Amino acid sequence: MSDPKPNELIEKIDYIPPQKGWMDVPVNIRKGMYCYASNPKSVEYVHLPNARAWNPIEEDWKLPDNWKEIVHTAFRDRLDRFRSFKVFMDICVRCGACADKCHFFIGTGDPKNMPVLRAELLRSVYRNDFTAAGKILGKIAGARELTLDVLKEWWYYFFQCTECRRCSVFCPYGIDTAEITIMAREIFNLLGLNIDWIATPVANCYRTGNHLGIQPHAFKEMIEFFVDDIEEKTGVKVDPSFNKKGADILFVTPSGDVFADPGTYTAMGYLMLFHYLKEQGLNVTWSTYASEGGNFGFFTSHEMMKRLNSKMYAEAKRLGVKWILGGECGHMWRVINQYMDTMNGPADFLEEPVSPITGTKFTNARSTKMVHISEFTADLLYHNKLKLDKSRNDNLIVTYHDSCNPARGMGLFDEPRYVINSVCNHFHDMPRNTIREQTFCCGSGSGLNAGEDMELRLCGGLPRANAVKHVHDKFGVNMLATICAIDRAVLPPLMDYWVPGVGVTGLTEMVANALLMPGEAERTTNLRGEPLSGMEE
Amino acid sequence: MNVKYMFSLVAVILLFLLAYIGVEAAGLQVLFGIVIPYAAIIIFIIGVVNRVIGWARSPVPFRIPSTCGQQRSLPWIKSSELDNPFTTPGVVARMFLEVLFFRSLFRNTKTTIAEGPKIYFSIEMWLWLAALAFHWSFLTVIVRHLRLFTEPVPFWIALLEKADGFFQVGVPGIFLSGLVLLAAVFYLFLRRVIIPQVNYVSLSQDFFPLFLIFGIAFTGILMRHFAKIDVTGAKQLAMGLVTFHPTIPQGIGGIFYVHVFFVSVLLAYFPFSKLMHMGGIFMSPTRNLTCNTRAVRHINPWNYPVETHTYDEYEEEFREKMIEAGLPVEKE
Ligand code: HEM
Ligand code: SF4
Ligand code: SF4
Repeated sequence: MSDPKPNELIEKIDYIPPQKGWMDVPVNIRKGMYCYASNPKSVEYVHLPNARAWNPIEEDWKLPDNWKEIVHTAFRDRLDRFRSFKVFMDICVRCGACADKCHFFIGTGDPKNMPVLRAELLRSVYRNDFTAAGKILGKIAGARELTLDVLKEWWYYFFQCTECRRCSVFCPYGIDTAEITIMAREIFNLLGLNIDWIATPVANCYRTGNHLGIQPHAFKEMIEFFVDDIEEKTGVKVDPSFNKKGADILFVTPSGDVFADPGTYTAMGYLMLFHYLKEQGLNVTWSTYASEGGNFGFFTSHEMMKRLNSKMYAEAKRLGVKWILGGECGHMWRVINQYMDTMNGPADFLEEPVSPITGTKFTNARSTKMVHISEFTADLLYHNKLKLDKSRNDNLIVTYHDSCNPARGMGLFDEPRYVINSVCNHFHDMPRNTIREQTFCCGSGSGLNAGEDMELRLCGGLPRANAVKHVHDKFGVNMLATICAIDRAVLPPLMDYWVPGVGVTGLTEMVANALLMPGEAERTTNLRGEPLSGMEE
Repeated sequence: MNVKYMFSLVAVILLFLLAYIGVEAAGLQVLFGIVIPYAAIIIFIIGVVNRVIGWARSPVPFRIPSTCGQQRSLPWIKSSELDNPFTTPGVVARMFLEVLFFRSLFRNTKTTIAEGPKIYFSIEMWLWLAALAFHWSFLTVIVRHLRLFTEPVPFWIALLEKADGFFQVGVPGIFLSGLVLLAAVFYLFLRRVIIPQVNYVSLSQDFFPLFLIFGIAFTGILMRHFAKIDVTGAKQLAMGLVTFHPTIPQGIGGIFYVHVFFVSVLLAYFPFSKLMHMGGIFMSPTRNLTCNTRAVRHINPWNYPVETHTYDEYEEEFREKMIEAGLPVEKE
């Protein structure tokens, strides 16, 4: 099946909801809009319940007999453990301010993709099971019983939310539908209802240390392949170290960048940057055990997030490093910034991070002891520690996509922009309503970056792509920079679909292209092997 | 016809008739003037306290504020202490603006899609304006009513009343707050009916408080300007209630009891409804926490140990391959 044409997708979008009330519209699990069911082997590997083969479009989901009881108990348990969940269940006034803020609603027009209604899917059952009014008044109070159809509806729509938190920015009470989605997915996992694009990376990560299941020797080989590539393009031989005890800094980045273009160029960028700084005293190691920055456990449950995340501190401790440096990744940074220390800390075996090059103390990370590569690089650039030839990036007209998690779960806005402006001459931000805290999701976050749900991804990515198109048409933007590995994997097809002619890059790739490496040969191409500005034949 | 709001409208009309007939025909002044108001106040207080305690009982395991501005990181990067507050004063300022001025709602935009496709975001201030008008005028009305419950009337209430009655049109003067309240509630009702998406997500319980509050304001204005009830009588009843010597004065008609009954219903309904957003807004973990999680460790009271895949287990499985690839291992 080929994907629908852009105009076909757009024609389908209608923001006017149907006449029929939403409780009376049954769910229709449509091809192209959902991800395949979890592979039982993956579920089993991490000891989650109800591992079996199942198919979302079949009638029978092979649920445990007491599934309703499981849901009810799990619901109550989460109300008791998370104030966020309880308050968000109680106080929504259905003002509708969040309704047209979700990229999935904007891109599909499906009313159940309005954040408020997505939450109501769950809230209606909450009223029925846990509130007096719902118990007495039933449907009049907006309550409904949990049935198999309701469960299926939940599943369909909570896997059409990328946990991007854009809705929470606009809600007068900060109701975060992502938080509600997180709870729903926890409940699904108790019934064995994960999607495979999450379940298998989780199992892989648990076993091999990274989502892609790259084993230690292969991980090293892949990086060594980059080493050769870098030598070919720059004449400089970099020599990264692995699992090295006594290194000062452990570097952790998403494995996607080791695996697929264009993320690979960002990975090369890291290698070059670290090599460049080596003489100035940077002593960094990669780890094959903690070889994943991302955390698909976050899309499974809080517990699974903790289980996968634990490797970072464990490895830092084993290797005896001073602090941890984290690469360009989106949800990885939400986990590090808002969860890691609480879950797996205190990291009292590490030291407060200090840049060995500039002496800058990263006091903002003094407890978690983990610094973002953009913070690290911005600091280097501010102190003029990198010799650059900006003009090498002159063929790029760049815009920047704020990834949801570093934006709304961290507030990392100006560091990356500072880095971009330091290494290239042409930068144009997208319109204000589509960047920074109001940034639009790539449409494929939170584990929805599979192949089979491409239509969903293209719809969800429309608002982002449309803003890129705006600067593409206006300023001739031809490169979309981002600090997220999922973005680097999913934005290229999104751009090809909606805004052909715009490429995707990581920040560190741009840094490395501009970087004047000591002893380098004359560079004629960038890391991609394309001619540098001024070097075209 | 829209069933959702018809249900609430009919409910409010029935409540009206109940009180009016109850007083005018059945002489149930004591019930509607004393018993029900007391009961309502008790339900309100116990209900609200219960709800808030219920929320407070659930811990905040993770620090998950929505960061809506630049974080505090490098000293030369200007951080947004209001939208990404690193310190408690910042959080207080953020909450202050949320509670008093609905700052997040102020960001509201309207999304439209045109040929091309081209997605547009236009400014949408009406909800924010109406919400502010509604809440502030409601607050003004409540504070003004304290005149009935105090003797002597504190000067600041008298002052507020003066300011509110600034537009002297006829006798008795018109209070701005009452009119604004009516208009704002009417607008909030209209948008619920007219804006298709808002209509689609609305429940009966979203219309009920709007009709009820409309009813309260309407009966209030009716008494002041048309039914012209005896204000001294109303004050007598109110003072009786607060001093715990309830009396039923003569000369105040059915409309007054309807007004009081509506307020009682609102109070009793409050703890069981979305009106609890008044308390919830203070407890929302995406707004009321400092954004300094990397600097100060947040404690999760129920943090429990989990099953992990340790390095030793990992090396055990891959040792051969690691040695072959020249990777260091713990056990040769
Ligand atoms: C700290 C106090 C309060 C704050 C910060 C607050 C804030 C808000 C906000 C931001 C909205 C959404 C905008 C809107 O739909 O108008 C709202 C809605 C509403 N509030 Fe409040 N509120 C407070 C107290 C109250 C009280 C005491 C009442 C009355 C009993 C009330 C009644 C309502 C109603 C009925 C709505 C829904 C309006 C609609 O249906 O569109 N609020 N409130
Ligand atoms: S903005 Fe908040 S209160 Fe309004 S409908 Fe959305 S979640 Fe509910
Ligand atoms: S978190 Fe993002 S994807 Fe989910 S409902 Fe909110 S805006 Fe939509």
